[in-house]
Amino acid sequence: MSGEREPGNGGRARLWERLKAGLNRTHARLVEQLGGSLEAGEPFDEEARARLEEALLGADLGLATTELLLERLEERSARARGAAPLRDLLVEEVAALLEEIPAPPEEGPGPRVTLVVGVNGVGKTTSIAKLAARELGAGRRVLLAAGDTFRAAAIEQLALWGERLGVGVIRQAAGSDPAAVVYDAIQAARARRADHLIVDTAGRLHNKEHLMNELAKIRRVVDREAAGWACRTLLVLDATTGQNALSQAREFLRVARVDGVLLAKLDGTAKGGMVLAIGRELGLPVLYLGVGEQPEDLVDFRPRDFAAALLE
Amino acid sequence: MFDGLQGKFQQIFRQLRGEGRVGEEHLRAALREIRLALLEADVHFRVVKRFLERVEAQALGEDVLQGLNPAQQVIRIVRDELVALLGEEGRELQLSGQPAVVLLCGLQGSGKTTTAGKLARRLAARRRYPLLVAGDLQRAAAVEQLVQVGARVEVPVLTPETGEGVVALGARALRYARDRGHDVVLIDTAGRLHVDAALMAELQALAEAVKPCETLFVADAMTGQDAVRSAEEFARALAVTGVLLTKLDGDARGGAALSVRSVTGLPIRFVGLGEKPDDLELFQPDRMASRILGLGDVLTLIERAEQSVDAAEAERLASRMARQEFTLEDLRDQLRQLRRIGPLQSVVDLLPKGGAMGKVEVGDAEERRLKRIEAMIDSMTLAERRNPTLLNGSRKKRVARGSGTSVQEINQLLKQYLAMRKMVKSMQGKSWLKRALKRR
Ligand SMILES: Nc1nc2c(ncn2[C@@H]2O[C@H](COP(=O)(O)OP(=O)(O)OP(=O)(O)O)[C@@H](O)[C@H]2O)c(=O)[nH]1
Ligand SMILES: Nc1nc2c(ncn2[C@@H]2O[C@H](COP(=O)(O)OP(=O)(O)OP(=O)(O)O)[C@@H](O)[C@H]2O)c(=O)[nH]1
Ligand SMILES: [Mg+2]
Ligand SMILES: [Mg+2]
Repeated sequence: MSGEREPGNGGRARLWERLKAGLNRTHARLVEQLGGSLEAGEPFDEEARARLEEALLGADLGLATTELLLERLEERSARARGAAPLRDLLVEEVAALLEEIPAPPEEGPGPRVTLVVGVNGVGKTTSIAKLAARELGAGRRVLLAAGDTFRAAAIEQLALWGERLGVGVIRQAAGSDPAAVVYDAIQAARARRADHLIVDTAGRLHNKEHLMNELAKIRRVVDREAAGWACRTLLVLDATTGQNALSQAREFLRVARVDGVLLAKLDGTAKGGMVLAIGRELGLPVLYLGVGEQPEDLVDFRPRDFAAALLE
Repeated sequence: MFDGLQGKFQQIFRQLRGEGRVGEEHLRAALREIRLALLEADVHFRVVKRFLERVEAQALGEDVLQGLNPAQQVIRIVRDELVALLGEEGRELQLSGQPAVVLLCGLQGSGKTTTAGKLARRLAARRRYPLLVAGDLQRAAAVEQLVQVGARVEVPVLTPETGEGVVALGARALRYARDRGHDVVLIDTAGRLHVDAALMAELQALAEAVKPCETLFVADAMTGQDAVRSAEEFARALAVTGVLLTKLDGDARGGAALSVRSVTGLPIRFVGLGEKPDDLELFQPDRMASRILGLGDVLTLIERAEQSVDAAEAERLASRMARQEFTLEDLRDQLRQLRRIGPLQSVVDLLPKGGAMGKVEVGDAEERRLKRIEAMIDSMTLAERRNPTLLNGSRKKRVARGSGTSVQEINQLLKQYLAMRKMVKSMQGKSWLKRALKRR
């Protein structure tokens, strides 16, 4: 999976630093919460449990996942009493949970199309600029499709990114049928021998049936017109989103067969802990993390680093 | 969900009744359910904790366990407490200054630019003469977005000149507004993280320069535990006068409202209910409380119905329903009323979820189908509408021709009508409907 790909430059380490710096800003507070339970050898008593529970809930893991993790931790600490600080054990449990989520199949050679979906304002368009920049860095030819024909200046926004990055953008007039834009874009990608077509879509709340039907139609056009290409749907989630992220993932998965998650806005103080429940319940892996508003602010997801950052 | 919570409460307390005694352990079980519901609604864990302590104290103080229906009473306490914590009802913008300045701020993608358009329209509808200011110099095409939003609501937009900073733009906007007679200036700003010191300082400098009478923190209703942090930080940096909660047309329970309100004390003023310029309403604490607990937003539905349904008509329907006469004519009238209230999906979404109704999806196809149903009923004679058994084969053919539909569709309609009549009868006991119709 993409998580194993080597970085194209030395920038990744820097980005991880930035990510951690972001997550670190709440560090002091969290440490205070975790308090004594971070000390090695401390028993997993009621008090430790309450503190760890708050830390997990505060990171948006949700009650079910939090309880599961605490159960696992309890067993583990009973076995390894005093061997390691509870926090370290918990990080390991979080990482283990994330590693249990099946990775998506390897991406083969040949042309690819990525459909980028999600609710309003999560960071889809900006993430596309980041993905495109990364592909360019790897020497691949990228083409973008302005599939959000609905929101004010959404086309202009993507077009501007295309201009900045030197990437072609297939677009039609505002208000036109997004499926038609995608159809055009696939033909253009074929004609221009692009390696990777990335499709932007309008933000849509997952409970709006007509908008989800529109997305299903786009997905059908991709499947039909880009038959034989590697097709992938990426769900962008906002790290500040709470429990609702699960219901978003469920609906987008149902309608557009999502392959993986891009978790954006992790450079703030939010932890994005809902991706654990999403992985566990829906089998959806996280592939990338968004850590800023610039094209280079994209990092591959690595369970251990994420788990550590979550509880730092 | 509320059905769920309510059901669980009933169960807990029924058990205890069966045992002949209501004990504190039952109250604790109920509190555990409340905790679960609140956490699932994204209320901050500390706020949940405090909330439960208050509910418990009150339940014990009022001695609800000795009362007739402890489940109902606990629910009432929970709901009242929630409503109280959510604070006052939303207030319109409080404008002062020449021009009055309204500043919108918040995290990235929360809905500031869209909201600027909604507020501009709202002000224009109240005979104000607003000016929109494109103060987002960061995001790609942010200025163009506001220009288009402004065009849509027919409110002029002031855009930055090359090289002009946000603070200079703000100052120029005030002069520009005075020159042109704009009485309100609405400033859109770039989304920013509360931990971004440089951008927060820039926002402070802008506020310093334009002296807003209203500074609204625009927050996404789907926000989780982080809502408290970001709201606190924005409120620390600026004299925030209120919160505007967007994207409530989604299915998030919106516990962030409770968290933000109880941690910062900031009043929640407006809610965003869609992407269109009219999708903005004043905040209603009682509805928000029901929503956080999972009860459908019945009150909103009732209010919208009150606005668009003619009272005499509703009265007539109510009495017909009470007499259990429900003809095809009534059905058609109801459909018309429904469509006046709003797109069907938005109506259905407001109904309580779960229970008999379940999750109902209404698409454009359904909307079209409703129009066809109306056409079919319109094509019937008065006698047929009142007594559908008159509709034999040849009459059906005539109606089908008249309405551009088919006999098959008419048969389907009749079947549905019969089912509906049954439902109407069964709804006699449904208090929310009665209340809905009685409140006028
Ligand atoms: N801090 C931060 N901001 C981000 C990140 N990703 C996107 N943003 C910002 O979030 C806001 C929304 O991003 P967009 O890319 O426009 O989001 P979208 O999902 O395309 O929005 P719609 O098309 O309106 O649904 C913009 O201000 C972006 O700059 C991120 O990883 N970190
Ligand atoms: N469904 C729904 N969508 C909304 C609502 N308010 C805003 N949006 C959508 O949310 C997305 C982001 O809205 P914007 O107004 O661009 O948000 P912003 O805060 O200005 O974003 P940045 O300037 O990038 O920080 C867009 O797709 C809007 O159409 C709402 O109340 N309901
Ligand atoms: Mg977009
Ligand atoms: Mg904006």
